[in-house]
Amino acid sequence: MIRTTKLSLVSLGLAALLAAGSAQAAEDAHSAPKPARQAWTFAGPFGSFDQPQLQRGFQVYREVCSNCHSLQRIAFRNLAEEGGPGFSEGQVKALAAEYKVKDGPNDAGDMFERPGRASDRFPSPFANESAARAALGAVPPDFSVLAKARGYSRGFPLFLLDGLPIPGGGYQEHGVDYIYALLNGYSKDEDPNYNDYFPGHKIGMAKPIADGAVDYTDGSPKTLQQYARDVSAFMMWTAEPKLEERKKTGFRVMAFLLVLAGLLYYTKKKVWADAH
Amino acid sequence: MSGPSTYVPKSAVGRWFESRLPIMGLMHSSFVTYPTPRNLNYFWAFGGILSLMLGVQIITGIVLVMHYTPHVDFAFSSVEHIMRDVNWGWFLRYTHANGASMFFVAVYIHMLRGLYYGSYKAPREVLWILGVIIFLLMMATAFMGYVLPWGQMSFWGATVITNLFSAIPVVGNAITTWLWGGYSVDNPTLNRFFSLHYLLPFMIAGIVILHIWALHVAGQNNPTGVEVKNVKRDTVPFTPYATIKDGFAMVVFLAFFSWFIFYVPNYLGHADNYIPANPLVTPSHIVPEWYFLPFYAILRAIPDKLGGVIAMFSSIAVLAFLPWLDTSRVRSANYRPVYQVFFWVFVACGIGLGYLGAMPAEGGYVIASRILTIYYFAFFLIIMPLLGLFETPKPLPASIADSVLPRGGSAGAVAAGAASAPQTK
Amino acid sequence: MAEATTVEPTRRDFLYIATGAAAAVGAGAIAWPLISQMNPDASTLALASTEVDISSLAEGGIMTVKWRGKPVFVRHRTATEIKEAVATPLAQLPDPQADSARVKKPEWLIVIGVCTHLGCVPLGHQGDYEGWFCPCHGSHYDTSGRIRKGPAPRNLDVPDYQFVTDTKVRIG
Repeated sequence: MIRTTKLSLVSLGLAALLAAGSAQAAEDAHSAPKPARQAWTFAGPFGSFDQPQLQRGFQVYREVCSNCHSLQRIAFRNLAEEGGPGFSEGQVKALAAEYKVKDGPNDAGDMFERPGRASDRFPSPFANESAARAALGAVPPDFSVLAKARGYSRGFPLFLLDGLPIPGGGYQEHGVDYIYALLNGYSKDEDPNYNDYFPGHKIGMAKPIADGAVDYTDGSPKTLQQYARDVSAFMMWTAEPKLEERKKTGFRVMAFLLVLAGLLYYTKKKVWADAH
Repeated sequence: MSGPSTYVPKSAVGRWFESRLPIMGLMHSSFVTYPTPRNLNYFWAFGGILSLMLGVQIITGIVLVMHYTPHVDFAFSSVEHIMRDVNWGWFLRYTHANGASMFFVAVYIHMLRGLYYGSYKAPREVLWILGVIIFLLMMATAFMGYVLPWGQMSFWGATVITNLFSAIPVVGNAITTWLWGGYSVDNPTLNRFFSLHYLLPFMIAGIVILHIWALHVAGQNNPTGVEVKNVKRDTVPFTPYATIKDGFAMVVFLAFFSWFIFYVPNYLGHADNYIPANPLVTPSHIVPEWYFLPFYAILRAIPDKLGGVIAMFSSIAVLAFLPWLDTSRVRSANYRPVYQVFFWVFVACGIGLGYLGAMPAEGGYVIASRILTIYYFAFFLIIMPLLGLFETPKPLPASIADSVLPRGGSAGAVAAGAASAPQTK
Repeated sequence: MAEATTVEPTRRDFLYIATGAAAAVGAGAIAWPLISQMNPDASTLALASTEVDISSLAEGGIMTVKWRGKPVFVRHRTATEIKEAVATPLAQLPDPQADSARVKKPEWLIVIGVCTHLGCVPLGHQGDYEGWFCPCHGSHYDTSGRIRKGPAPRNLDVPDYQFVTDTKVRIG
């Protein structure tokens, strides 16, 4: 059996070497820098959202991003739900009422606009994709699941660690790290459409936000970095609104399964004690 | 499933029912008194784990269908609706999506277990072939399930895989159009995939019953590969021995599974599948789910369209011929020192192909894929037939009991006593 | 030795019971998400209210609006209808309820348009009491939506509603 293990290790090692060699080749072929891994409060098995950060991120979205980017899958009511930015029901109602929502048809058969309600979803800046393309030349992606729809590969062998329950593993924040890097990645003043982190570097969205663009009221620094961090966190929440519930449930499930496994292990030992 | 039942119900109602439908006796002889070799290791728990996973997938799947809409305009949104609004929807969907991966983790271990211990050899050929059929059905089910969320990877995965059939000479394009129900992957395709994705798991369940039936006719193989000679000495009753051991293994596997559901639910998926399907734009890296990668690598290793498709399907079909390709009279690789080496190289080859399947099809990757593809087929078609003729196996133990029990003589008495010990459950 | 034989089975039994109990708890816990998912989801719960403009409804008319997927009848009652409803002695009613307890403003009756028998939608201005008549199994309701004759056990239900203005009602 020891011999077997040795052999298997050798063969696995060979495969790893081979893979590592080819990974190096891939590295040379694609030269975009990898986004740096950021510290997020919602990372890790016990992570949870930072409510003031989500509120600031929402402010950035509302004042800047929402001019072009829709947020179709989020309803106003979501902002007051558990595990989210933590607005009160009253705040959400007042906020919703500030928006005009298309409804209808009324008795005369016409569509009409009315103030938003908590159950409405965020109205989109453009009526449809064609309207967006006509106005901007491209369709800005919807924000709802964007933090999960973007990412980057950490390459071999780091990508293996991303899935493992070890310190530094369990990495699921590729999307937000990419978005954060992208917002900070407009490195050429003469070319507002050049981005270090965008594949191919030519990004349709010209530098969207700069220092001082949004007026925070809680004393947080009014810097691009802070805006980028906050709006990225907000986008993680819109993409995964049940993140906190999921991680909390996970802890209970894991604890239960470990206890049950322990009990079964000793029961199994007792049962088999007679047979060996 | 293992000979005439000796089960006698205790109650009068039980006896009345049993004489009309002896299902309790069948259950009793299959899952209580059924003799299992006493030397089975934890690799033998994966059959039970796979049954569990099939159950998990069917139950979560039925529940997800209550909220899912199979229409190109609504599929993506309905999945997001499940994730956001449905009570526990995120849990059900992540369980189902990661459950597919876990199903394949378990099935690959199960298959490699069979490959290592020679579980496909006489008299278990039919058992093995039924397993290959289950594997094929699993692949079809998983592929069609991946299409349902109607993200970019769903759409382009469906396009690429259905286009494989266009490689067939003369009728290829007609078959592809027929599969699509149109001139491209579209709403009719999504609808039929949904229908079949719902149907196939029940076909799998049916074949699993045949698989277990065949297993209980031939009896389980074991790490020595030596057949049971003395039921009293070599085996223990399924319940409580195997039940409790499988139960423990299942819970450990569920803990592994839970890590993915609750902490890294998107690790095994692909970010592009969170972009709604767009028939006009192909993602820059299009890769299948990880469990298809080795076969995808074989497909791309062959520089010819038809040849690649044939190679890919052959790489699975060849498994069905394994019982006749392996000429060795010894089952277990524990007693086959040379085969053991080739086996582990084969495992490494599979992992290597999996890695290459995820890499772009260019330069060194293609060459590496070709080398590994050659080894993959050589392992089955050259090494297995020849090795059995030339290899000198190590001496086999006289019996299963001799391989595990220090004092063979008293084992029968102990096991008989154990069988009457209090049972759990 | 004697002690060992009595202690051993007890400890073993405890272990078996604990394991069995833990497994049962696990099975129960996993059943909950599977059951709970069939309850109304968050988006359905959020759509609990609807606003109706009743200004165009003439006296004697009935208007049907959809609320939570069900019909709600808004009836602009005439003076005779109100009088009939108010004058009916409670003793004659299978489900005694005063008309005043069923309306906020006497001229406006708002009830859920679902027969309390088996869920059909009753027809307006029909039946022996000129209220509603259910075609499925012949239940007669009066001008206050109260059951008078037939198999239905209860009066038509009154939903929660408020008059936002004189001509606008919010149901739910």
